[in-house]
Amino acid sequence: MSNPAPNEVPHLLVHEEADNVGVVVVEGLTAGTDMLCCITHDNSTFRLTAGADVPIGHKIALKDLKDGDTAVKYGEDIGKIIADIPQGGHVHTQNCKTKRW
Amino acid sequence: MTKLSNMTVMGYRRENGRVGVRNHVLILPVDDISNAACEAVANNVKGTLAIPHAYGRLQFGEDLELHFRTMIGTGSNPNVHSVVVIGIEPGWTNRIAEGIRQTGKEVAEFSIEQNGDFETIRAASWAAKDFVHKATEVQREECSINELWISTKCGESDTTTGLGSCPTVGNMYDKLLPEGITGFFGETSEITGAEHICQKRAINEEVGERWYKMWKAYQDDVIFAHQTDDLSDSQPTKGNIEGGLTTIEEKALGNLEKIGRTSKYIDILEPAEMPASGKGLYFMDSSSAAAECVTLMAAGGAVVHTFPTGQGNVVGNPIVPVIKITANPRTVRTMSEHVDLDVSGILRREQTIDEAGDALIEMIRRTANGRHTAAEALGHREFSMTKLYRSA
Repeated sequence: MSNPAPNEVPHLLVHEEADNVGVVVVEGLTAGTDMLCCITHDNSTFRLTAGADVPIGHKIALKDLKDGDTAVKYGEDIGKIIADIPQGGHVHTQNCKTKRW
Repeated sequence: MTKLSNMTVMGYRRENGRVGVRNHVLILPVDDISNAACEAVANNVKGTLAIPHAYGRLQFGEDLELHFRTMIGTGSNPNVHSVVVIGIEPGWTNRIAEGIRQTGKEVAEFSIEQNGDFETIRAASWAAKDFVHKATEVQREECSINELWISTKCGESDTTTGLGSCPTVGNMYDKLLPEGITGFFGETSEITGAEHICQKRAINEEVGERWYKMWKAYQDDVIFAHQTDDLSDSQPTKGNIEGGLTTIEEKALGNLEKIGRTSKYIDILEPAEMPASGKGLYFMDSSSAAAECVTLMAAGGAVVHTFPTGQGNVVGNPIVPVIKITANPRTVRTMSEHVDLDVSGILRREQTIDEAGDALIEMIRRTANGRHTAAEALGHREFSMTKLYRSA
């Protein structure tokens, strides 16, 4: 873990330690950005490199995710991964689907 | 901040003891074909509000009961001073007028058949003018904040609602429910993926089991009976997806943040049903569509609505102030005319959920005292009836 610069605003928020996706909370995030990531549950931080240009509000994989894996957010199952996603990659409807309906 | 127990608002105390925060004279159509007469009366008499809608003819069974509940509940809301009811015929008109009269407030009823629009509008305009004179002489008085009935429903959600604006509402409920307010949440389909959590947030197992049966019935009888795909683009909506929400499960988990960490619901309400189990939090079986849900909760008696949004839902309601809360900095930047409370500081880790909750309570106090919300200032008066099936 690296220490964030004083007053550095996080790029990515993660709800729970068990989560494998986080949410981009800044506008205009570009691939290659060294993101400050914060787990809101305990305010702990880590760093991760963004693998794609990802819009604000969209999700990024915190580790390599494989087809068939479960996406975890809020510490809960939010759907199935349907295509391999590298760590730092954009997670959305193109590679993640509901397990309901 | 004032100690919550001592916090007061300047409200309107109604004949039945309930506290309102607005003082509307409503011109209420029983049915779609009475809208024109109601709008003419509202045009004649300034300070009145017509709420046209699309239904009220040839409904039957449970759908008709919901229509009556919505009409009677809307007229009975403490934000309403008095009501002129106009319908095509006297039977259902009287049923709605009598239902509203149970609150003790003044109601005048008119029917169009054998009179025509002209005669009906003339007579109803005299009644409406009398009500406006009376309403404008009523003074606000000091009431405890715990006398407010406060509802919530989020809209055009994105991932920032689950991080910021929904937990803000949840923090407010965790603080105000113990003070004795009555709260409403709902959006039956939108708990899908978080139903195992929602069931456990009931006050006891019996209520939790009734909640689960209600939720499951919607899945079985409506979604599975009518779906043509996985509901993508409907639930989550196009706007939700644009905002980064991918699945209904993800949306539901964010949605449920609105009931905070400690709040428990004490009972389940039918759509537009008034709470009758005492003070506390209620789940109302309701659509997740913004205008429909707010309309149902207003008919259930809520006087202030708290509305977290991510991408920027602009909904309002004719009789209930709708407070918009967003944590999305892009929405704050591009749609600030719709935002009452900016909690985007949560995303920058500059503001805690606890601070945001306090800011919302302060905004509720100011709104109850009379501050117009963004939706009120912009004339958003969406009144959308929920319809269960085709009319006969």
